[in-house]
Amino acid sequence: MPSRNGVQPQSNGIEVNGLVRVFKGGVRAVDGIDLEVRPGEIYGFLGPNGAGKSTTVHMLTTLLPPTAGSARVAGHDVVKDGAAVRDAIGAALQEAALDPNLTAREHMRLQGALHGMSKGERTKRGNELIDRVGLSDAADRKVGGYSGGMKRRLDLALALLHGPRVLFLDEPTTGLDIQSRTALWDEVAHLSRDDGVTIFLTTQYLEEADQLADHLGIIDHGKIVAAGTPDALKAEVGRPTVEVVPTDHAERDRAVELLEPFGELVPGTPQGAAVRLEDGGEELANIIRVFDQAEVRIANLELHEASLNDVFLTKTGRSLEGAQREAAEEGETGEQPALEGAPA
Amino acid sequence: MNGRPSLWVQIPELARRSVMRTVRQPAAIVPATTFPLILLAINSVGLKSATSLPGFPTDSYVTFALAFAFIQAGVFAVIGTGQNLAEDNQGGFFNRLQLTPIHPAALVAGQLAGTLALGLFQASTYIAVGLLAGAHIEAGLGGALVMIALAIAISLAFGSVGLAVGMRSSTPESVQSLFPLIFVFLFLSSMSLPRDLIQTDWFRTVATYNPVSYMVEGLRSLLITGWDGEALALGFGCALGILALGLTFASLGLKERMVRT
Repeated sequence: MPSRNGVQPQSNGIEVNGLVRVFKGGVRAVDGIDLEVRPGEIYGFLGPNGAGKSTTVHMLTTLLPPTAGSARVAGHDVVKDGAAVRDAIGAALQEAALDPNLTAREHMRLQGALHGMSKGERTKRGNELIDRVGLSDAADRKVGGYSGGMKRRLDLALALLHGPRVLFLDEPTTGLDIQSRTALWDEVAHLSRDDGVTIFLTTQYLEEADQLADHLGIIDHGKIVAAGTPDALKAEVGRPTVEVVPTDHAERDRAVELLEPFGELVPGTPQGAAVRLEDGGEELANIIRVFDQAEVRIANLELHEASLNDVFLTKTGRSLEGAQREAAEEGETGEQPALEGAPA
Repeated sequence: MNGRPSLWVQIPELARRSVMRTVRQPAAIVPATTFPLILLAINSVGLKSATSLPGFPTDSYVTFALAFAFIQAGVFAVIGTGQNLAEDNQGGFFNRLQLTPIHPAALVAGQLAGTLALGLFQASTYIAVGLLAGAHIEAGLGGALVMIALAIAISLAFGSVGLAVGMRSSTPESVQSLFPLIFVFLFLSSMSLPRDLIQTDWFRTVATYNPVSYMVEGLRSLLITGWDGEALALGFGCALGILALGLTFASLGLKERMVRT
């Protein structure tokens, strides 16, 4: 229940209603999205490049005024009370925006001073955070010499310096190696679980969304096409697929024939046949029996549970990987109009 | 939750960053300081005979030409300040600043601090090198200090133009493309000859309306004439006028750029 001044006390959540952003040339980068992020949860915002993820983050962090709709972050309206929103949030945007000529400690000092922290407070908190993200040994080195993972970790530490209640992470692991990615996932999970920080995380990685997010919104062409917990979304598209690779690859067509009665055929590996099961995993024993009776020997049999890619496929008619490729091709051929003021 | 930060805390911190950024980029400092000295050396040798023209105010061309090194340094102030800002825009650092409770005035003042530091270093270097090369400062030690003050005012003036351009530029390269244009503007002044010795009418007219002439002449008056109140007033007046215009356009650009709600 909002208080007299419209601020919801202790609210760390995010509420978005009909949010729209139209850029010059009429491009609707974000096209009327609604979403709700509960306090303390990790909300994953999944979609291909150009889907509208970063534009949404820029609006929610007050860096870009919405064309229509409304949004409240930590109880404050992003348009009417931008300063209060900025006080309550931290953000690590898509590009790790650091000055290559400054050290990590100097970044902390500058950021803390701009937030109005006392010298003692910013030194103490800065050192704690540098230590927490594992940069103590490099804290007095210029950031220009850091690896991508180190820059991302410093970016995260800077976003946390003033003790935000809501944290926006815009594709925080894009371009990172698996080790750096895993370290960042651990830190994000820790922030939500132990510190109660609400996290709005955009990503184009299915695995990241699946591992981290309590709730998920899938965005494509500026619209949210699916929302829910990862498990609920997968359960919605539901049925697992099974793929059989015969020992003799010449028997692939025979394998297709044998599998067809169990469900809808789907693309698999070139040597195998795959089908989306109509009645779930319990059909597995029957499939083996049928192949045995037909004397088609099986080299490999795999059961795939429904994935978030299946969810994306079901909701948009294309895979996330295909959508990425499409977005890249649009970028290369210049099909997408230039968006003035659009986030990178 | 932290208290609302004071402008007087933010400006020194941003100034510190700007100075460190300048000092830690030798590739930006060395050409900006040595290029005007190289031109000074070339002009002093090649145009030495100009001192024999009737009415030429001094018999030392080094003394005459030294003032222009300060102005050329200003060109680098435009490019350097503008490029730094464009890099902040391009790399997202500007967004990082926008997400803090930063005061727009602190952003502008802080960005100019590096320009000021570089201007101080360049002015001191030019005076030292000029004296070693045989130049003479008619106004003495006090005059040298006023030269440094005027040189800093000129650097800030050109730096503010760089800020205004940088606010509207998305890439450092687009700022750099201004370099030839500004250089032409500088040469259409009384840099190589006193205005009354310029024979070509249109050139003399352009030089008379070009504020660069008055900044050069303000510096030159301290080197050649001694204490000339009118020349100094015009020199400082033009520098401060350009600074005021540059800051106005930079502030308008900042208002457009800072679209945060």
